[in-house]
Order: sequence, then C-alpha cells, then structure tokens
Amino acid sequence: MPKIPRLPSSEITPESVWVDRRRFLAAAGAAGAGLLGAGALSRLAAAPQPQRPLGTPYGLQPGDEPTSYEDVTTYNNFYEFGTSKDDPAVEAQGFRTRPWTVRVDGLCAKPGNYQLEDFLKPSRVEDRIYRFRCVEAWSMVIPWRGIPLADVVARAQPTSQAKFVELTTLLDPQRMPGQRYDVLDWPYVEGLRLDEAKHPLTLLATGVYGRDLPPQNGAPLRLVTPWKYGFKGVKSIVRIRFVERMPRTTWAAAIPSEYGFYANVNPQVDHPRWSQATERRIGNFRRIPTLPFNGYADQVASLYAGMDLRRNY
Amino acid sequence: MSTPRFGLATAPRWLAPLLNFGAALPAIGIVSMVIADVFFGRSFMGADPIKEAEHALGEWTIRFLFASLLVTPLRQFTGWNWLARHRRTLGLYGFAYGCVHFLTWALLDVQIGISEYVGWADVQKDLTKRPFIIVGMSALLLMVPLAITSTTSMIARLGRRWRVLHRLAYVIPALGVIHWGMSVKKDVAEPAMGAVVLAVLLGSRVLHARRSATA
Repeated sequence: MPKIPRLPSSEITPESVWVDRRRFLAAAGAAGAGLLGAGALSRLAAAPQPQRPLGTPYGLQPGDEPTSYEDVTTYNNFYEFGTSKDDPAVEAQGFRTRPWTVRVDGLCAKPGNYQLEDFLKPSRVEDRIYRFRCVEAWSMVIPWRGIPLADVVARAQPTSQAKFVELTTLLDPQRMPGQRYDVLDWPYVEGLRLDEAKHPLTLLATGVYGRDLPPQNGAPLRLVTPWKYGFKGVKSIVRIRFVERMPRTTWAAAIPSEYGFYANVNPQVDHPRWSQATERRIGNFRRIPTLPFNGYADQVASLYAGMDLRRNY
Repeated sequence: MSTPRFGLATAPRWLAPLLNFGAALPAIGIVSMVIADVFFGRSFMGADPIKEAEHALGEWTIRFLFASLLVTPLRQFTGWNWLARHRRTLGLYGFAYGCVHFLTWALLDVQIGISEYVGWADVQKDLTKRPFIIVGMSALLLMVPLAITSTTSMIARLGRRWRVLHRLAYVIPALGVIHWGMSVKKDVAEPAMGAVVLAVLLGSRVLHARRSATA
C-alpha cells in the first residue's frame, strides 16, 4: 500500500484560531460595511460550532485551512436536489436516510444486502481532512468522516474478472425532486478502477466535521476521492457493484467532451470552457495554483504510470 | 400617430428618475454585497460571491437588453409614444451592466492582472479558444458602437445609416442568450426561457411589419 505522508500537525491552523479569524473578519466587516445592510447578521453566529478534533490532515498544503462548516454544507452540486449550488441545502431538508440499505453485488464472492449500520460496523470510522477540487475550478478543504472503500472491497472479495467498481445513487424521484427532470440520466452512476477503489485515500464518507453527513452532502454514504474532481463523489449510495468493463458514468456520458471517467485533477488539461491551471478556494479571494492530482501525486500518480492523461481525462 | 389607448398622453414626470433609480439599484446592491463578502468577510451572497455576482450581473444585462426591445411593441400597443425616448436609457443600462459583468469576470473571477498565476497566455486562450467567451465578448464589443452613437447629435448626423447600425440591437441580445446557454453545465432551462422571451420580442416586430405592409 502506498504510504500517505501527513502534514505535521504544527502546519495546520488550529480550528479555534481560524474560527476566531473569521469572527474578526465578520466583525471588521460589520464595522466597515455596516452601512451596506446591518440587517443580515453574519450567518456564522447561527452555524453550529464544529466538533473537535477535526481529523488527520492528508495532503494539505501550507496555508490550507478547513472551509467553514457553513460553506461546506450550503454550497455544492447535488442535482438530485436541484441544479443550483444553494438548492441542495434547502431541497434536501427532511430527506430520510434511515432505514438505508446498501447492496453489494456483481463479480464478487460475498455479495449481500446490508442495513447501513451493519455495512459500516466492521470498519473503523476515521476523521480525515482532505482537499476538495470541483471541476468548475473552485475548491475547499473538508474534514470528512468515513471508512476506507478498500474495507468494503476486501470484504466482498471481488473475483479475478472484476476490474472496476460501479457506485450508484438512490433512484427515487419522490424523495429526490431533481430526478423528476431529465437534466441527467438518473440514477447517478460513478465508478473507479479496482486499484483506485482499493487505494487507502479512497473514502466512503458518512460525516463531515465529526458529525453525520447532512442530506445535502450525500447522506448517508458518499464517495470521496480527493485526487479527482468532485463529480466523482457519488452521493447517497445504494449499490456497489463489481464489474469487468468500465462503467458508463453519468457526467462522462452526458458531455463526453468535457468530463471523463478518470477525472483526475490536472492543471495541464483544461476544461473546454475554462482553464484548470488555477482555482478559487471558497472563502478566499485570490486564485491559487491547482496541483497535479490535487496535491496527492506522491500517493496516486503511480496508478496512472504510462497512461496518457491528456486523453484519459 | 394615434392618441394613446390608455390615457397618459405625456410621460409622467416621475418616470425618468424612477427608471434611473430602479435600473441602478441592482448594480449598487450586487457590487456592495460582493465587496462586503470578498473584502470584509460577510456572506450576503453565499459561499462563492464572485460567481454569484458575475451571474447576477450577466442576467441583468440580458434583462435590460430585453427591456429595450420591449419598448417599441409596448409603445405600439398602448400608444404611449413618449416611451420611445426611454429605449436609449434601457439600452445604455444593458451596456453598463455588460461592462460590470465583464469586469467582475476579468478582475474578480479570472483575476487578470491581479493573480500572479494568471498570465496573458491564459487570457489569450480564453479569448480565442473558448466559444462561450468569444460570443459574450462579441456581444459586449458590438454594444460599444451603439453606445457611442446613441447621442441625439449622432442620430441626426448618421441619419439612415444610424438605423442600419442600430439593427445590431436585435443581434446583441441573441448573442447574449447564446452566451448564457453555452455557459451553463447542463440545466439550460433559464437560458431557454430567455430564448423564448427574445423570440416573442423579435416575433412581434415581424408580425407588426407584416400587418403594416398589408394595411
């Protein structure tokens, strides 16, 4: 297994400090820009205080600070609950994630239907802080909680034929209003090569900031692959299937010229409509350079040795 | 010209100041909020105030261009001929919003000349290789000659040629809607609605021209 270097904890700004910094900025803003609209109090005051500790940092760069809980949970793409990035936080309220069944099947020796609790029980839940890079050139730093997908793969015992893992979101237009419109081919399907699925960085997330995932972030179970663009992170997973052929993944099928199966973060390969060389970190103004594999090249680049990453985008 | 169908033979006196106030208000609001969010740590406009402002300003650009196209059919329907002189105001506001939209994209979003990581090569690529930016930039650049020739003296000086030049006012909103449609990822519902409104605005002209020709 590749070794994952961890940023020394001394490099990470303690949460108390960055929360204070945000408060200070909010206060400074209130003083300086009070004329602009004193009515809207900083939403920070209303946000629940995140739990401590946030988790073990993986691949963070100097200057990386966790994005606020507020921003992580109110700004994301989850087309099952609307196509605007502020839709999911509103439309997913009341989405019930218990009971929840996960089906593991396909080319494996130990398929099964699991209640979520039983599915998670054998694994140790970990808190990990990862970088997150959206294909739309914005980024965050997110403290996830979850289990390694490698655990699930090991338990299922894929056969030698299995080359890929396909992960599927719940299909239920009653509960997921966005699925009533044909904006994408529902249900949302994503996939990984088996070696990517077994990689120690690959997480099945069940929480953020040390608490359960809110429904808008893909509760109760979502994929996190920090070296890939965010759309690989299939949410509200109900099925994990081992297959021989590369799965037909949703965005790659919808607009093949813009989104590929691999979706590895790559500053050298532009999206047809914008450059991927830089990104805007949510909460900050200045653009920062985008790193190959989103800063996880040391851990994952070997998976793609000899591959033309310009063609396999 | 006929007498107005709905009274109001002359423009109400409050109309011009109200129009200017109402037209400037969204820009003042959006720009203040984005400054408060980006530089003072507030969050009036959500997690990504820059994108939010950029999109809002783009949509207001199209709204004003549509409003300028609405003047003539509305004037023909109501008989309020005094509406005509506000067409220029609305068109100029469309141009102004287009400029602020462009500046938000260039300075805050892409950060041309601001970020040390964004060079002229990137700008060049944006302006030559990305169709939705080329279409948007064309719409903005085509508005420049219209804005310059919008003064009363220019109208008099150019005469018939002015009318030909200002037919661009039909092309520019179409480019704007195309730019909008190309900029969204998959959900084209809103730009499609814009296209329908534009089709009605332009279609009403074709109908009116036919009716006048046969009458």
